[in-house]
Amino acid sequence: MTAHAYTVPILNLLAACLLLISFAMLSRRRTQRLVTLFAWQGTILFLSTCLVAYSSGLREIYYSAALTLLLKVIGLPLILHRLIYRLGAQWDSETVVNIPLTMLVGLVLVIFAFGLAQPISMMATTITRNTLGIALAVILLSFLMMITRRKAVTQVIGFLAMENGLFFAATSATYGMPMVVELGIALDLLVGVFILGLFFFQIREQFESLDLSNLESLKED
Amino acid sequence: MLQSLLLLVGLWVFFGIVGLPTRRDSRLVARVLFPLGALVSLIFAVLAGSFLISGQAPQGMILPLGLPDLPFHLRLDALSAFFLLVLGLVSAGISIFSAGYFRAGKGTAPGLMGLQYHVFLASMAIVILADDAYLFMVAWETMALSSYFLVTSEHRIPEIRRAGFLYLLMAHVGAICILLSFGVLQGGSWQFTFGAMRGASLTPFWATTAFVLALLGFGAKAGLVPLHVWLPEAHPAAPSPVSAMMSGLMLKTAVYGMLRVSFDLLHVRFWQWGVLVLALGLFSALYGAIFAAVQADMKRLLAFSSIENIGIIFTGIGLSIVFETCNMHLFAALALSAALIHSLNHALFKSLLFLTTGSVLHATSHRSLGKLGGLIRRMPWVASFALVGTLAIAGLPPLNGFVSEWLLLQSFLFTPEIPHAFANMFIPLGAAVLALTAALAAYVMMKFYGIVFLGQPREDSLAEAHDANWLERLGLAWLALGCILIGVAPQIALRPAASVTDKLLGHSVNTSSIWRIAPISPQQASYSGMVLLAGIVGVVGIAFLLVRLIAHGRMRRVPPWDCGYQWQTSRMQDTAEGFGQPIRHIFATFFHMERDLPSPSDTSPQYRIYIEDRVWRAIYLPIARTTQKVADLVGGLQGGRLSIYLLYSFFTLIVLLVFVL
Repeated sequence: MTAHAYTVPILNLLAACLLLISFAMLSRRRTQRLVTLFAWQGTILFLSTCLVAYSSGLREIYYSAALTLLLKVIGLPLILHRLIYRLGAQWDSETVVNIPLTMLVGLVLVIFAFGLAQPISMMATTITRNTLGIALAVILLSFLMMITRRKAVTQVIGFLAMENGLFFAATSATYGMPMVVELGIALDLLVGVFILGLFFFQIREQFESLDLSNLESLKED
Repeated sequence: MLQSLLLLVGLWVFFGIVGLPTRRDSRLVARVLFPLGALVSLIFAVLAGSFLISGQAPQGMILPLGLPDLPFHLRLDALSAFFLLVLGLVSAGISIFSAGYFRAGKGTAPGLMGLQYHVFLASMAIVILADDAYLFMVAWETMALSSYFLVTSEHRIPEIRRAGFLYLLMAHVGAICILLSFGVLQGGSWQFTFGAMRGASLTPFWATTAFVLALLGFGAKAGLVPLHVWLPEAHPAAPSPVSAMMSGLMLKTAVYGMLRVSFDLLHVRFWQWGVLVLALGLFSALYGAIFAAVQADMKRLLAFSSIENIGIIFTGIGLSIVFETCNMHLFAALALSAALIHSLNHALFKSLLFLTTGSVLHATSHRSLGKLGGLIRRMPWVASFALVGTLAIAGLPPLNGFVSEWLLLQSFLFTPEIPHAFANMFIPLGAAVLALTAALAAYVMMKFYGIVFLGQPREDSLAEAHDANWLERLGLAWLALGCILIGVAPQIALRPAASVTDKLLGHSVNTSSIWRIAPISPQQASYSGMVLLAGIVGVVGIAFLLVRLIAHGRMRRVPPWDCGYQWQTSRMQDTAEGFGQPIRHIFATFFHMERDLPSPSDTSPQYRIYIEDRVWRAIYLPIARTTQKVADLVGGLQGGRLSIYLLYSFFTLIVLLVFVL
């Protein structure tokens, strides 16, 4: 039981890091830096999953940790980097709507998420129940990032970060999802990124830019 | 019996599908499939008629189709057999005519047209046979859709697309009302068979709600004012056999539905229902007749005349409900018989007239009355058949139109004291309106026939007009024969109608005499078509003989007296607008008119008049504008910006989280 004495503080620390990275993503202007942050998020997710696996002693969670490492730390960032390189968007940065304001909204969201998570965490029986609020906050912050950004690649990163939050919620509230579901989601993500990558090229061809505000002209009056 | 009827319905669909791969070659469809379809219609009519005459018990059947645990129920009883008889008799004529009429052209390919036509026919039969709300609605919508495609067969013309849209819109509004009505009718049992609805006990409020919804829904299909707006648009847009089917048969399915719901499922309970139907029917009849009088397009004229006739039928239904709820069963049976026979009659003569307009349209490619005239010399066959239809619809003896209108007037005139003062006041007024309508209808039909077939041709191109081909003539002759037969021997129609009222109301009018019909008692009033016919033939024959034998006896063909004018041109004839002018003045309050009068010094004067329904401005335009406004407001949500859309989902998520947790 001594191992568990350290587990919970470490897990809380990792969760705090996850939240911090989410805020960092909100404020970053350059797309390439966002990919790096996304990789970091994946790493923390991997570590926390390992920790949960170790403390609970469930073998399945090790598999899901390995999957996280493979996909979210190595696979997807690599694909995104190559995509950015191919699109020639390495130096892309975007004008974010007033960063301090966004941060303040983010703070409100975090408080909201913790308020929501309170009653659920009471019901949860796992060791990681305190972190549910953070998982929810990560989801909402990623959503907020998607709303405030205009570039196509950023949207995808926001989407992936949201999935990270969901995954974290799954491991913290229960001990992860069934393996089949997890494999399915992993495949979905991979395919999703491929398809969105194709869309990027199409969008750029059509509008000669990856700015999604151009899509407004598609609307019929 | 029911199985064989179903088999025949299946044959119709089969004929439609067989013709589909022929694409643009019309020979198979026209020369084989349409005549075969007509033959099937005939067998259909014979089967339905024999069921009706033999007075068999209703037959039910469950088809293992449809959704799981929700099979299709079918039932053949006297009411449905009567309408199947109408369907078979009239569609036989229309199908034969169509065999000569449809040819490859600008519109839909004949093969596809044949499919739509036969599916339309089959769906109408299924509507009448259905015994649960589910099958009824499926068939009802199939009917609406197939007829929509038939109406828009020349969809390259924008007006036709617009007319089709209006038709589809009204059809769906009506269908929603009917659906809601069935929803009320099941009365909490959640059983949607008609059998369960018959047994459901509804409170007066819910029964009235179901009745009013059914009246709205079926009224929209039948064309009761103010739900009639699609009729004068859709009928001119459709090819003539389709107009004939829609006006002659499809409107009757709405009459059937109304009878089924009010008499069979709701067991008519309150006299106020009858007064409501009566008032709507009378108003529609008068309204249709007045508007028909001022039309300058022959198919629009006939469409308004359909509104008038539907009004007459609903008047009969309303009267029957009033009598039935006051326990005057014999009078109820009389009024209902009149409504039923008028349904059959209207199906016969309106189809006949629409088909003749089709022949005229093919021969001259004009629909406007201002460009026709003098066709009796170019198209003697069509003109004679049209004359039969015209006289029948005008309600002149010894043709069928007279029989039903006479029966209805009888039930008005011999009405005993009704125990409700308000309804009592209504009856004489109704008789007066009905008489006025009949007179106006005669006026309208004189205009129709006179302008199209009599006088001098108004265009030079009319000299090349050709008569209908033999298939078309056969179809017209079949329908004209029906008009004459029912007029001369009304028992043919009265017997089936009597067996329907027997089953629905438990009473029927006296049909014992073969020679004459005397609905109440022979001392009060009776009508014998044969004696009248003999009288007419006798008088005309004697006069003819007198002229030939006693007077000069020679026949000369000379131009008519020209009043001393130097010459007469076709422009000196009365026009369609001129013919309608007195009506337009007398009933000016009904119309919204815009006129362009040329100045006296104008060397090439153009007279233009634009007549519009007041109903359109008073009811439909405000609804359309409100809908547009609301739609614009909702459309504002769709800004096109991605972040706005994301924001919507974000807020939805937040709200859901707050509410659920």
